[in-house]
Amino acid sequence: MTIRESQAVALFESVSHALQAEKLVKAQAIACKLIPVPRHLSSDCGICLRFSVSLKDRVAEILHGKIDFFQIHLL
Amino acid sequence: MDMTYLDNAATSFPKPDGVIAAMVEYQQNIGASPGRSGHGLSIDAGRLIYDTRETLARLFHIEDPLRIILTKNASEALNIAIHGAIKPGDHVITTGMEHNSVMRPLRCLESRGVTLSVVPCSPHGLLDPSDVERALQKNTKMVVMTHASNVTGTIQPVEAVGSVLQKREDVLFCVDAAQTAGALPIDVEKIKMDLMAFTGHKSLLGPQGTGGLYIRKGLDKQIEPLMMGGTGSRSEFEAQPDFMPDKYESGTPNTIGFAGLEAGAAFVCEQTIEVIRAHEQKITTRFLGQLNELRNHVTLYGPADALRQTAVVSFNIHNITPSDAAQALEEQWGILCRPGLHCAPSAHRTLNTFPQGTIRFSFGFFNTLQDADLAGEAVRGLLKR
Repeated sequence: MTIRESQAVALFESVSHALQAEKLVKAQAIACKLIPVPRHLSSDCGICLRFSVSLKDRVAEILHGKIDFFQIHLL
Repeated sequence: MDMTYLDNAATSFPKPDGVIAAMVEYQQNIGASPGRSGHGLSIDAGRLIYDTRETLARLFHIEDPLRIILTKNASEALNIAIHGAIKPGDHVITTGMEHNSVMRPLRCLESRGVTLSVVPCSPHGLLDPSDVERALQKNTKMVVMTHASNVTGTIQPVEAVGSVLQKREDVLFCVDAAQTAGALPIDVEKIKMDLMAFTGHKSLLGPQGTGGLYIRKGLDKQIEPLMMGGTGSRSEFEAQPDFMPDKYESGTPNTIGFAGLEAGAAFVCEQTIEVIRAHEQKITTRFLGQLNELRNHVTLYGPADALRQTAVVSFNIHNITPSDAAQALEEQWGILCRPGLHCAPSAHRTLNTFPQGTIRFSFGFFNTLQDADLAGEAVRGLLKR
């Protein structure tokens, strides 16, 4: 049995930005997945990018300066 | 009788097989609405739209694909740029070679307190950039002009105009690339454009109902959207989102069309603009050569030099009206072209072909030298009638 790593998500202004972020993060060979935004984080109908919490700083670094607005939350 | 399609300046035909395949693939295997849910098919549809922006961005040397908004055509893109940025009291400069997609929104704004300078062009339809400089006023808000005329193919010196406008940061430079996107190399940074409207169904080889507008970073704050509505983002708020591209993209998009546009633009990238341009130049040169031999009976408009025009050739045959000529061309030679005014009355005034218009043959990447020869043979045939 594997223990599930804790996850974090990055929230964006729009689906287009989430898709852009997915491309940027995947290009750095970081495992990530687009998922519906969890209800407790936003009532928006969009998607967010999920990745391992251990990579939170790395993801922030990749997105910084490339995407105007994003927020990272721990799940 | 075989048909020879010489109306590519209206819409390109045929399209690459990949364009049709991409549209079928979307409708058979994806089908969902992009950006409206988190399920797999919606995300796939969203990726497809994102890929469309990315391929277009690569073609136009745009760093951030989200600076491109997708529209239904170049007219919508031009209307967003013109109506969105210009307010009563502003002054706008345009040229004497514009399509109605530029002139009509401008004439509408003129009736609402906007002043307009229409800079004349040479009898070949060419603009002198220094005339634009001279037309600048204190309250000039925008210079909007075509990259190449849809009537004569005349390629305008947009890079020189972009340079002239560098000293006026408050003036927006909006280029109508309906005739050139996919046909000529375009680098938005090199031409120093603020806004560029393009259509998807001409030289980008996509389906009708697709187009877009490039908006330089930072400018979207100054440009109001034409249409407001659902975007899939900020759904808890009733105010229109203020960020790109959602601000200008309300309602379910033409996803199937953009699937085709992505494939068309990818085809252009793969072939390369240079190869496409060289092929179209060769055909245009061949046809221009044949018309040149008939210059006692034929009037040619525009530069009459394939290096200085797109693959569009406008001419008149003495003593035959454009519409009669077009009918005979189709009935006797199977040539499909466009006669008349080409939605650009001011351009026809510049060329002195108003109101009868011209016969326009416009070649595309899928035309051949044989098509140019057939076109020449048909014009010679018309003279013998």
